Amino acid sequence: MTLSLQARKLACERDDRWLFEDLDLDIQAGEIVRIEGPNGSGKTTLLKILSGQLADYQGELYWNGAPMREARQAFLESLLYLGHAPGVKGALTPLENLTWYQALAGQRDNEAARLAALESVGLVGFEDVPAGQLSAGQQRRVALARLELTPRPLWVLDEPFTAIDRDGVAALEERLIVHARAGGCVLVTTHHELRNTDELRRVHLGRGGQSHGGF
Amino acid sequence: MAGSETRLVAGEGRGVSRREPRSGLAVALWATLKRDLLLLMRRRSEVLNPLVFFALVITLFPIGISPDPQLLATIAPGLLWVAALLAALLSLDSLFRGDYDDGSLEQLLLTPQPLPMLALAKVTVHWLLTGLPLALMAPVLGIMLSLPAGSYLVLAFSLVLGTASLSLIGAIGAALTVGLSRGGVLLSLLVLPLYIPVLIFGAGAVQAGIVGDGAAAHLAILGALLALALMLAPWAIAASLRISING
Amino acid sequence: MWAFINKLRSPKWFYAIGARLQPFFWVAAAALILVGTVWGLAFAPADYQQGNSFRIIYVHVPAAFLAQSIFVSMAMCGLVYMVWKIKVADMAAAMMAPLGAAMTFVSLFSGAVWGVPTWGTWWMWDARLTSMLILLFLFLGVIALRGAFSSRDSASRAASVLAMVGVINIPIIKYSVDWWYTLHQPATFSITGRAAMPMEMWAPLLIMVLGFYSFFIALTLMRTRSEILRRESNKRWVRDLAGEKR
Repeated sequence: MTLSLQARKLACERDDRWLFEDLDLDIQAGEIVRIEGPNGSGKTTLLKILSGQLADYQGELYWNGAPMREARQAFLESLLYLGHAPGVKGALTPLENLTWYQALAGQRDNEAARLAALESVGLVGFEDVPAGQLSAGQQRRVALARLELTPRPLWVLDEPFTAIDRDGVAALEERLIVHARAGGCVLVTTHHELRNTDELRRVHLGRGGQSHGGF
Repeated sequence: MAGSETRLVAGEGRGVSRREPRSGLAVALWATLKRDLLLLMRRRSEVLNPLVFFALVITLFPIGISPDPQLLATIAPGLLWVAALLAALLSLDSLFRGDYDDGSLEQLLLTPQPLPMLALAKVTVHWLLTGLPLALMAPVLGIMLSLPAGSYLVLAFSLVLGTASLSLIGAIGAALTVGLSRGGVLLSLLVLPLYIPVLIFGAGAVQAGIVGDGAAAHLAILGALLALALMLAPWAIAASLRISING
Repeated sequence: MWAFINKLRSPKWFYAIGARLQPFFWVAAAALILVGTVWGLAFAPADYQQGNSFRIIYVHVPAAFLAQSIFVSMAMCGLVYMVWKIKVADMAAAMMAPLGAAMTFVSLFSGAVWGVPTWGTWWMWDARLTSMLILLFLFLGVIALRGAFSSRDSASRAASVLAMVGVINIPIIKYSVDWWYTLHQPATFSITGRAAMPMEMWAPLLIMVLGFYSFFIALTLMRTRSEILRRESNKRWVRDLAGEKR
């Protein structure tokens, strides 16, 4: 599995304010890239651009060497994005939620795979409980089950550790490293301090020297 | 912006071998239809509320104007159509709101499937559970307004065709306002002027049905409006959703 | 073509070119409206049916024409903004919308005033008046949508999409309202009926229409230029400009 996501001279202006300018990024297979920066430095916006949601940027993006505008279909087929909101319907059970995601990914209906995915995130016994009755952390786990359910090389995760208990955080962090070692690639923003491993790389956003210090 | 992207994607499939070509879209569409139907069946009040609203508004008119059957018969076609239109409007705000709030809308936008088609699936569910029941219920309310015999079938059929257009046009407004915290009133302001042609030909069809002449022409035009809305609205909805998700 | 589009990308260029064009359109607007008014009110013959009250046509029709054109231009600006991401187009569209709503209101109000001597009432569900009323709602919708977003970029895009959707619908609305009107056959005649108008009557009308258009262009240039300054106020060239004049 080889993959590369490159950004050249990436810049984003929102309402006449430059969130970032002249950003060059090279993201390769086997990497965990953590986007860092103070609040309002454009971390989420950068993730939205890099996950192809926001077309409102200057500069160029390349997916496996091809310009993003041409490679969009192939890119979306390799991408798994988890945003701030987990994307889990409260009125549906975890199993039903995953059914939809499985189909959106273009996979055939496969209940065994869904059950296995739920088991991997520790939700055995909750398969048929409406997700609205689960805790915030459990709902987040339903979303994280998609990492197992629909294998994709590129993971873009915006604050994936939110609301998850300590064991879950350790397991997820381990999962990210395993994914990177297997040739996948993870782009992540988080307030949680990630363990320093060979795979981890940090990209710092922020306006010059202002990014340090308190308020 | 959004439209061109999806078209680019469609034209790009040549040469490259892909795991899930056409069938992927069918699977995704079917799953979206099933999911939205299931969601609405779990929250039945959302399906029933527009119907109750429809009946209530129709009840208000004889009370507010006069119970005189002859007077009611003259205004019945317009009343039924206006009330059905407002009832359909009432349910529009929730069309994308739930998906926006819980983050599934982002996921919908990031699937490798064309967004206009997925949006169309969502609109279809909205119509199946709002427009269609309204159309089926209208003849009963027609009896209460002493709608002249012979126009009942036209009434139901014009509403079947018309509410489909209303759902499509309204979905554009719903998509534009989904990112706004208080989009409800604004949504009506955006959408109601665009509803006027459908109202004219819908109410006109029923009136023509009473006279006994020309209902078919009205229904044909309603069908033409629906065809036009089917062609253009999905792209506008998709573009609007992409705008709203980044609001 | 491409060179022109690339130039349009620069608000600075538009600001400069607008400054040169603006006086021309102001003069044209003042001259045409003055000539049209004097000719229309004092020299054009009175209508054989409506007498002098028909002279309100010299405000009503130009305002109605202009209002419709403004909606179309707004949608075109929206398209240009969405396709080529030219910000000036969006600024112009934002500046046009209130003017379009105002023109629609002027045409509605003059129509109502006209209705008093003609129909004996302030309001009649005449096909044209009804269409104009719907147009007013469309304008108000675009303005309200633009105002509802907290992010200006999103507001611009949403307003552009709505303007484009609206412009596709305008002919459909107009056609269906005409159909509706003929079906119901009210016992009055339309105020701006298609009766053949003698040259002495329509020549001042044409001049007034051109005057209104010039006024619209001049005002839009002026308002867009000030909007450029407002939005670009943190840009270097605007600061230089301000320093220069101080």
